[in-house]
Amino acid sequence: MTELALDNRTLPDRSTVVGWLQNYGVYLGLAVLLLFNVFFTDHFVSGENFRTQAVQVSPVLIVALGMALAIGTEGIDLSVGAVMALATSVTSLYLGYGPWLALVAALIGGAVIGLAGGSLIAFVGVQPIVATLALMVGGRGIALVLLPQLKDVRDPAMATLGSGSVAGIPYLALIAAALALIVGFVVRRTTFGRRLLAIGDSRPAAQLAGLPVHRVLITVYVCSGVLAAVAGFLATARLQASDPSSLGNLMELSAITAVVVGGTPLTGGRVRIGGTVAGAVLIQLLTATLIKHDLPSSWTQIAQAVVIVLAVYAARERGKR
Amino acid sequence: MPSTKEHPAAAGRTAPAPGDTARRGDRVAALAQRHGALVALVALAAVASLSFDSFATGDNLGNIAISSSFLATVALGMTFVIVSGGIDLSVGSVFVLGGVLAAWGSQYGTVVALLLPLAVCAAIGLVNGLLVARTGLAPFIVTLASMLAARGLMLAITDEGADTFLVDPDSVFASLGQGKPLGIGTPVWITAVLFVGGAVLLRSTQFGQRVYAVGGNEQAAALMGAPVARTKISVYTLSGLLAGLAGALNAAYLASGVTILGYGMELDAIAAVVIGGTLLTGGLGYVSGSLVGVLLLKVIQNVINQIGSLDSAYQQVVSGAFLVLVVVAQTWLARRRRVG
Repeated sequence: MTELALDNRTLPDRSTVVGWLQNYGVYLGLAVLLLFNVFFTDHFVSGENFRTQAVQVSPVLIVALGMALAIGTEGIDLSVGAVMALATSVTSLYLGYGPWLALVAALIGGAVIGLAGGSLIAFVGVQPIVATLALMVGGRGIALVLLPQLKDVRDPAMATLGSGSVAGIPYLALIAAALALIVGFVVRRTTFGRRLLAIGDSRPAAQLAGLPVHRVLITVYVCSGVLAAVAGFLATARLQASDPSSLGNLMELSAITAVVVGGTPLTGGRVRIGGTVAGAVLIQLLTATLIKHDLPSSWTQIAQAVVIVLAVYAARERGKR
Repeated sequence: MPSTKEHPAAAGRTAPAPGDTARRGDRVAALAQRHGALVALVALAAVASLSFDSFATGDNLGNIAISSSFLATVALGMTFVIVSGGIDLSVGSVFVLGGVLAAWGSQYGTVVALLLPLAVCAAIGLVNGLLVARTGLAPFIVTLASMLAARGLMLAITDEGADTFLVDPDSVFASLGQGKPLGIGTPVWITAVLFVGGAVLLRSTQFGQRVYAVGGNEQAAALMGAPVARTKISVYTLSGLLAGLAGALNAAYLASGVTILGYGMELDAIAAVVIGGTLLTGGLGYVSGSLVGVLLLKVIQNVINQIGSLDSAYQQVVSGAFLVLVVVAQTWLARRRRVG
């Protein structure tokens, strides 16, 4: 390995074993972890356990979908945790007018934050990490101004959404799966998806090719904001409470981890939605496994760190932040 | 990434020819970029001292100075990392780890209380640097992982955060945090000395020039023969070391190794560095600006506390809005300089 590779990235070669691992290692890791749990963890293979895991992973997964889009454009969205907090504040404020209106208000909140971030990035040319960092700080502030302390959410419709299920599958998991399919379709099959990846590959080239770079970038960050707001709304329904000071804390890091472990390079130009789903489930399952085997949370964090470094080292992207 | 890099030696030292309007515009933009935060700080402090009787008192200013000193020490290391074109997300976790190690070590004397956290935190920084420089992994990811690992290590030491090690308030180590020579807290003196040293190191030494060169254009720096890997490893080690020192001093100040600190500290440090005029793209930055950035954040916090009727949540709104303002101005100025 050369210490100073001057090329920006080495694309995985699909023809070799190593290349296969780079592309599909996350699925292999997930399979290994599943098998381990099937044999060594008591009460792992039960509908109840699968439902619990699915419900817990859903918000992270939904946020990670938007994050994957932002990372695909060689950007990043640090504001997602704050958007979840804003969504939960707005939801509990507007719940009096019915859950649908509360949902719409929460989504508008997320879209506005995304619009602000996207505009800073597209028009002003601020780096995504700084623009969304500022919105992260300000967004949580706004959430706390709107709702200064924890508030219980008592609404039958919200309770059904948060803990109900159809055919044994929780609503939350169904919504997350549907959103993953939609985002996957958008990335693979639509003009918007192609443009997004082209911008991630090379923004100057995309500009020269006449792509509507500004519009695509803004749409990406609005999508990320809206998805984070959906996650915040669903988390509120599940927890039966609004707590803007803690909801979504460190969510940006969990989402980035899921995306990166799933094989999407931070250098942009590629988005792997299937990998992102697998990455989110892998991290969730890893945490659950360590907890079920009575390992303390300190070990969970260290294990997560090792998984992140290994996954990214395997995908071997180079250079940039 | 847009290329706003200049020759490292020329960074911030524009010497325009007289009469040349484009160059004069350049100079104004450079001055605004460099001193904008200072102007804002002075203006805010002036308004605050006119509006609140309790602002410009010795006690209040002393409190601002103390609470700034720990973040400032962390931001100093972050400045080096960002100028080199990297980022260090692990500093918040390293800060709290340093504090816990110092409090635990203080039972064996001041030397252990200082050396243990410094050694461990520098080692974490060294690992960060090695991973970034030798494997080519993105600094964002490497330091994100070490952020998790360092907090995990801290939790493992403290029985999942249940143990809080105390510092004997009469010990020499405690006086490092709580002493007040000449009426100013010891951590403030230490931070001031570190900033003078840091400014000299970044501005006037070969190492500092290499940090600028690596951040400005890594490939060019490598072609010119600068030891790119060694420089990167050094800045991450320095950042870990300073975060650990800040944590240790904070433990001495609080007389205990509090385990719930440091969340979001990396973002505060990054915000302070950016507000201070350092470009996140690397290659351009000022140690003094980071100090001003920290003071500005802390004065905003203090003023919002003074208003009293305002919820502390407004502090976050104001900080966020201010950050937006600064980066928009910075980007605009950088673009203007490129055109001019």
